[in-house]
Amino acid sequence: MSKYLLDKFLYTVDRDPELVERYRAQPRETVTWWENERANAILNVHDGECSTWLRFDDAEREALATHDYPKLFELGAHPFLTLTLFIAMFERDYAEPLGFQLEYAQRLSHFTMPYPDIAT
Amino acid sequence: MATVAAVIASTHHPFYLRASTATGEDRPPFADEWVAKITKFRETLTRANPDVLVLVGSDHFHQIWLDNMPQFLVGKAPFYDANWYNEEREFGLPRMFFKGQEDLSTHILRDGLDAGFDLAFSNELRIDHSVTCPMITLRPQADLPIVPVYTNIFAPPLPQPKRYVQLGQAIRELVESWPSDQRVAIIGTGHLSLELGGPRQFGPHGPDPEFDAKAVEWIANGDIEKALAEVSLDSLWLPGNATHGFLDFMLMMGAAGAGVKADYVDTLDLFHTMEAYFTWYPANGAGQ
Repeated sequence: MSKYLLDKFLYTVDRDPELVERYRAQPRETVTWWENERANAILNVHDGECSTWLRFDDAEREALATHDYPKLFELGAHPFLTLTLFIAMFERDYAEPLGFQLEYAQRLSHFTMPYPDIAT
Repeated sequence: MATVAAVIASTHHPFYLRASTATGEDRPPFADEWVAKITKFRETLTRANPDVLVLVGSDHFHQIWLDNMPQFLVGKAPFYDANWYNEEREFGLPRMFFKGQEDLSTHILRDGLDAGFDLAFSNELRIDHSVTCPMITLRPQADLPIVPVYTNIFAPPLPQPKRYVQLGQAIRELVESWPSDQRVAIIGTGHLSLELGGPRQFGPHGPDPEFDAKAVEWIANGDIEKALAEVSLDSLWLPGNATHGFLDFMLMMGAAGAGVKADYVDTLDLFHTMEAYFTWYPANGAGQ
């Protein structure tokens, strides 16, 4: 269980235009590559001094690989990060303004307070 | 000593720029009313005739990340670049650039540390829409030097609400003790009830209009006591999962002073969230 690593994936993909497109088009391939190559990179630290211990558990990896944002919410991924990245990937597919955002809310409508804990 | 020319608290709505500049079919029906309210709100800062702006906001996981998360951070740099790729992408915000008021940053850090706030600092800070939104609404010419102050309202564990109030009180005192003849406006932005990435997002109003009404009342009346009595880190999840942004309003209540009524109050009920605008003119500020 690594909410931090889920957040790190969302954060590092969201800030990179090429990765946003790659994750949209090839989610499973991108998640596999990222976990192998980037999960242990410490931001602003060169590759010779990476972490050694970070990996997704199966549920986390599958949720990311299937763009399953309700599951990411359930797992405690930071909702701001999930929302921002998924708007970047999928808002373009909806004709109506806020069409994606409203569907997003609808797909989370089974959650009631208190929401899953997002503390890392 | 420096003069506090105005204390201003506002929501920061990243869609204002796009809504206010849209034309034809793209212009949302609420845009004209919104622009009219912002224009009046802007006048409250202009009237205060400030030389320097202290801008309180919260980084939205842009430069500040979970591997190195300060609770309260003061920018201390000669210049600040602003806005990020994902803010251009989602909100259409432009790249911006500000001059820093570095000697005021130095003063706030030194005397703030000595007053018991273990403030983090940054010598190279790219600021985000929590700071650029009020610049766009209140000072679009972006011609004044700034001191950005970031708070963590985003990544638990957070400091207790009373700590935000105390920091606001401290910032007010620190500005007033700055050996300078400059006129300083202290501007902070936060949120009323807000839901992001949850089932209540993007509704026809903010997720909790009842909370919003109470919150506006607390802020307008400077009722810190009541706000602190009703708000806790746990309770803020209830009005909406991003409502901890209200802690920056509590900070600004501290800066305005306990029991001090705002000289200017306005709100706008929008989809997704309620906008709220407050200005105080300290007695010695000669802002009116």
